[in-house]
Amino acid sequence: MTVSEIHARLVDKFGSDAIPALNTEAIDHWVEVAADRMAEVAEFLKQDEALQFDNLTDLCGVDYFAADPKQLKKLDHEPHVEVVYQLYSFPLKHRCTVKVKLPRWKNDEEGVLPEVPSVAHIWAIADWHERETFDLMGIRFLNHPNLSRILCPDDWVGHALRKDYEFPLEYHGIRGM
Amino acid sequence: MAIQTEDPRVIEFDVRTDEMLVNMGPQHPSTHGVLRLLLRTDGEVVHECTPHIGYLHRCAEKIGENLAGPQWIPYTDRMDYLAGMNMNLGMSLAYEKLLGMELPEKAVTLRVIIAELGRIASHLVGMGAYGLDLGSFSPFLYAFREREIILDLFEEVCGARLTYSYLTIGGATHDLPGMIEIPPGLAALTGKSPNTRMTWTDATLLFLEHLEDRIREYHTLLTNNSIFIKRTAGIGIMPAEMAISYGCSGPVLRGSGVDLDLRRDGEPIYTRMYDGYNYRIPVPPFDEAPPEVVVGDNWCRFYVRMLEVVESIGLVRQSLAKYPSTEGTYRVPFKMNTKLPKDECYLETECPRGQMGFYLVGNGQAEPLRARAKSSCFCNLSITGPLCKGVLLADVPAVVGSLDIVMGEIDR
Repeated sequence: MTVSEIHARLVDKFGSDAIPALNTEAIDHWVEVAADRMAEVAEFLKQDEALQFDNLTDLCGVDYFAADPKQLKKLDHEPHVEVVYQLYSFPLKHRCTVKVKLPRWKNDEEGVLPEVPSVAHIWAIADWHERETFDLMGIRFLNHPNLSRILCPDDWVGHALRKDYEFPLEYHGIRGM
Repeated sequence: MAIQTEDPRVIEFDVRTDEMLVNMGPQHPSTHGVLRLLLRTDGEVVHECTPHIGYLHRCAEKIGENLAGPQWIPYTDRMDYLAGMNMNLGMSLAYEKLLGMELPEKAVTLRVIIAELGRIASHLVGMGAYGLDLGSFSPFLYAFREREIILDLFEEVCGARLTYSYLTIGGATHDLPGMIEIPPGLAALTGKSPNTRMTWTDATLLFLEHLEDRIREYHTLLTNNSIFIKRTAGIGIMPAEMAISYGCSGPVLRGSGVDLDLRRDGEPIYTRMYDGYNYRIPVPPFDEAPPEVVVGDNWCRFYVRMLEVVESIGLVRQSLAKYPSTEGTYRVPFKMNTKLPKDECYLETECPRGQMGFYLVGNGQAEPLRARAKSSCFCNLSITGPLCKGVLLADVPAVVGSLDIVMGEIDR
C-alpha cells in the first residue's frame, strides 16, 4: 500500500480533522495526525486488516526552531515540534511515516511541555522511545506507564535536543564547559 | 514469555528466603559495558529486572546537528565501536538518500567487501564474549585472535583499527590497497614467512580460507558442547510476536524465527548493494539443533550469528571476485559545505546487531536540522525486563549476553 492509499483509508475512518495533511513531495511520504487523536489512530494502524503496522521502527522528536534570530527568519515554517513515527508492517511489507505536530510549549506558556497520547500500550518499544523523546526533546506523553528520564540523570535540568537548550555551567559541583 | 521456575519455597520449604534488591553493574564484567541491572530476587529466582542505561550518553545527536555530514562520521564509529564500518555505511547511505546521490558500481562493491568483513569481526566478538558470559574463556581468546587479522586488514585499508571513518558519503575515503606485508596473525595462521608480500585481496582470501576451519572449531567448543547447550537451550525464550512488539531486529529477531533481513527486504538504495549475490539468511528452526532447543531461545540467537559469519564469508568472496572488473571510481567527490535540501529521510541498514536507522532533516544548510540515530541495541535491550522475569540469577548474563549489546550504541 502506498502512503496516499493509507492516508485515504485513515481519512475514511477518522475524517480529515484527525488526519490534517499528507505530503507526497518529501523523500519519505508522510501522513500527519492530529495530536489528540494519535492513540486511536495508532490502534487502527496496528489492528486494521489492510494496514497491519505491527512494528514501530522508530519514534523521535524534531524541534523546528533556531536559537539564532537570523537563522530563525530563514526557516520557512512556524516554530513547532514534531513527533515522527516510522512504521513497518511485517506481514504486508510496507512502510509509512506518521507525524504529529505540536506547539513548542503547551498553550504558548514557556516551560510547559506539549502533550501527545502515548502509544506504549500498542507497541511495547514505544515505552523506551517515548521516555527518550521526553528526556531529550521535552514532549510529555499522556498515559505513559513510567515517564521518567532514561539517558540523562533524573535531576537533570532542561531537554538537550531543544534548539534553545543552554548547557549547564555546573552539575552537582562539577564544572561544565 | 519467560521460563517458569518452580517456586523456591515449594522446593526448599525449610529454607526461608526474602525478597532482595540486587544491583548488577554498571561495571560488572558480564554486562557488556556500562549497564546497570536492578534485580528483585527471591532466593535465586529473578522476579523483576529493570535495566538502567545512560552512563555513556554523549549527546551524539546534538553534536550531529552542529556538524556537516563528513564531520559526523567519526561520531558514528564511536557509537557501535565493534562494528564501526557498518555504522559509517548506514550514516553515509542516509545522507546519500537525502541528497539523491548515485554511486558507481565500484564504490558499491567495495562497500560490500568492507561491510561484510565488519560483520564477521563483530559477530566474532559477540560469539566469543558470549562464551565468556557462560564461563568458557578459550573461545573468547580464539575469537579475538581471528578478529585481530581482520583488524590488521582494516588497518592496511584506512590506518585505524577501531574507529575507521572509512566508508564516507559518496563511497570510501581511499581505494583498497595494492601490495601489503602479510599481517602477523595471518602469517602465524598459515605458516608463511612474516616478510611475505601479497596483495590485500589475496591476503583477505587467504584469511577467509582458514577462517572456515576455525568456525568448525567453535562449533566443537561451543555449539555442540553439552554444558553450553544446558546453559542456553530453552532459556530466555522470545516468541516472534513479542520480539516484533519490542522492535527487536537483526540476529535477535531472526533467532525468534522471523525471516527479515534488510539486505534483502530493505529500501532499494541499500538492497542494490546486494543485488546479484548468492547468500542465505539463516532463520530457525534448524534441523541440526539439539532436541532441547526451542525457537527464540539463547541458543538460536547464538547460532544465527555463527551461521551469518559463514554467509558473510561467501559474500566477501563473491564481492572480491567482482571488484577488479567493476567500473567507475571508488568515490564520488562530496564537498563539506554541500547544502542539504529542505527535506527529510529515514533509512535503516542491517548492522551486525540489528537495524540501525538514521533520520535526517535538512534545512538548506550544510548541517542538518535534526540528525537522529535510532539504535538497534536500544530496542533489543528493552526486552530484558520481561525476558528475565522468572529466570535464575545465574542465567541473567546468559540472557543479556545473547542479545549482543554494545552500550555505546544504546547511549549514543
